[in-house]
Amino acid sequence: MTDTALLNASVCELRQQLRDRTVSSEELTRAYLNNIERHNPALNAVITVCSEHALESARRADTALAKGEHGLLTGVPLLHKDIFCTRDIRTTCGSRMLSEFVPAYDATVVSRMKAEGAVMLGKCNMDEFAMGSSNETSFFGAVKNPWATDCVPGGSSGGSAAALAAGMAPLVTGTDTGGSIRQPASLCGVTGLKPTYGRVSRLGIIAFASSLDQAGPLAHTAEDCAIALTAMSGIDAGDSTSADLPVPDFHDALTPDIQGLRIGLPREYFNDDLSGDVRERVMTALSVLEKAGATLVDIELPHSHYAIATYYVIAPAEASANLARYDGVRFGYRCDDPADLEDLYLRSRSEGFGEEVQRRILVGTYALSAGFYDAYFNKAQQVRRVIAEDFQRAFEQVDMIAGPSAPGIAFPFGVKQQDPVSMYMEDIYTLAVNLAGLPGLSTPAGLIDGMPVGLQLIGKAFDEQSILNAAHRLQADTDWHTARPNLGAMTQ
Amino acid sequence: MSVTPQDVEKVALLARLAISESDLPEVTDRFGRVLDLVNELNTIETESVVPMSNPHDMQQRLRPDAVTRDNEREALMASAPSSDQGYYLVPKVID
Repeated sequence: MTDTALLNASVCELRQQLRDRTVSSEELTRAYLNNIERHNPALNAVITVCSEHALESARRADTALAKGEHGLLTGVPLLHKDIFCTRDIRTTCGSRMLSEFVPAYDATVVSRMKAEGAVMLGKCNMDEFAMGSSNETSFFGAVKNPWATDCVPGGSSGGSAAALAAGMAPLVTGTDTGGSIRQPASLCGVTGLKPTYGRVSRLGIIAFASSLDQAGPLAHTAEDCAIALTAMSGIDAGDSTSADLPVPDFHDALTPDIQGLRIGLPREYFNDDLSGDVRERVMTALSVLEKAGATLVDIELPHSHYAIATYYVIAPAEASANLARYDGVRFGYRCDDPADLEDLYLRSRSEGFGEEVQRRILVGTYALSAGFYDAYFNKAQQVRRVIAEDFQRAFEQVDMIAGPSAPGIAFPFGVKQQDPVSMYMEDIYTLAVNLAGLPGLSTPAGLIDGMPVGLQLIGKAFDEQSILNAAHRLQADTDWHTARPNLGAMTQ
Repeated sequence: MSVTPQDVEKVALLARLAISESDLPEVTDRFGRVLDLVNELNTIETESVVPMSNPHDMQQRLRPDAVTRDNEREALMASAPSSDQGYYLVPKVID
């Protein structure tokens, strides 16, 4: 295989080649490290590259493979979003607050993928504390979309999605609190899966909104996501919200047979707010599934409209509590020459956090403050249940729900930065899935003006398998997921 | 409900964030836009709805109160901006 073919290959293909010993993990790792070096100056998708660590892991993987021993991902290179704590490797969360933070332990996602033999190449750029839909809030600078470098890659896992699309790794991790895996997957033309809340341990994921945060994989195919999800999932004594349920081998169970599958199309996701181009691509993709044996059913999610308002109370409220730990004392950024303890707190936080993070802390503090708790936080938690019950009712009629992953294609830098609310609308089709704790997946559905569009599939709680199967079938019958950006045309 | 610069200053103090005089009008404006958005919640009736704090209504799992990991004091304190002999250093708080 040529380097270009290697860099475009799926995890599944690479895994086979590694096991057949037609390529070594060290060769693969060097090829990806070279590609990061080549394209990262133009894209800014990776914050930290750990070449020596990666090559050591690759050589260990090669030793194991030579003995015929392997885990699910032995020798496969990957990049982690810089929100996952990595022992002895800087973990910034895209923030000045943690720009020099070196964790003393690995996140469970990191240790589980390591135990399955994955080779970590480095850490991906992201919106600061995962708060953003464009990657413009990163302290380390915006990530550029490899399909058009004047456009955003989406966010908050934008560095992960851009790195994957540019062939810097065949597999990346992300987190999704309101759409942060699915929206960048859509904007960068890759497959991204947000598992059910509780499927994957949150231990060692720097907390944003604890009742919404969930980690998942992004890859070129649904099949690759199935392998990665199997490696990441399962109960963890370190996360009391991780689900005590058996983890199937999602890859073994993967099937393209979707005969009889009922897919619900919420009227509210296909109303006049959706652009004609996106609707056309999404409907074309759904017609492929229909030809493969699925039935499309019109459904209603009548309280969809309230998802944004609900989310922008709950997520900031939880964030304001989680981010109270950054006090300039125990870890993280500390201001210079504090006059007294109060000044130390105030300036460390104001200088350490960026604008969007401070705005969300303010909104969350307001929503939790005396006199407003019932009107905002309690009310939002009530509406959260109303929204979740919409999904429960819909799932009495259908096996999964489909719609767009994002309202449009990647947009140019700066256009949504002046008005926070216009940026929040990027997640209009994804937020409710987090509120209801359901699994959601974005898979490529073609291009508009040369830029990728995603189809979103939403499953029942803990039924990631069905949405993986449907995406797998779509990818068997179409070639949208094989489209790659023209990296030769990129400008710095 | 509109929000005043004084409201924002009060919340900022609660959150231990400092907002400069020059930034206050813009912070107030953007904060107000977010509040206008979330105030839509007032248009839905939820009288008898039980608030949802966990999407699966999961009960908190408890474990025995037993030591499961060794103390990693030195490794954890290595992240502190300023420390001495096992203590975190802060500006003087008692005269």
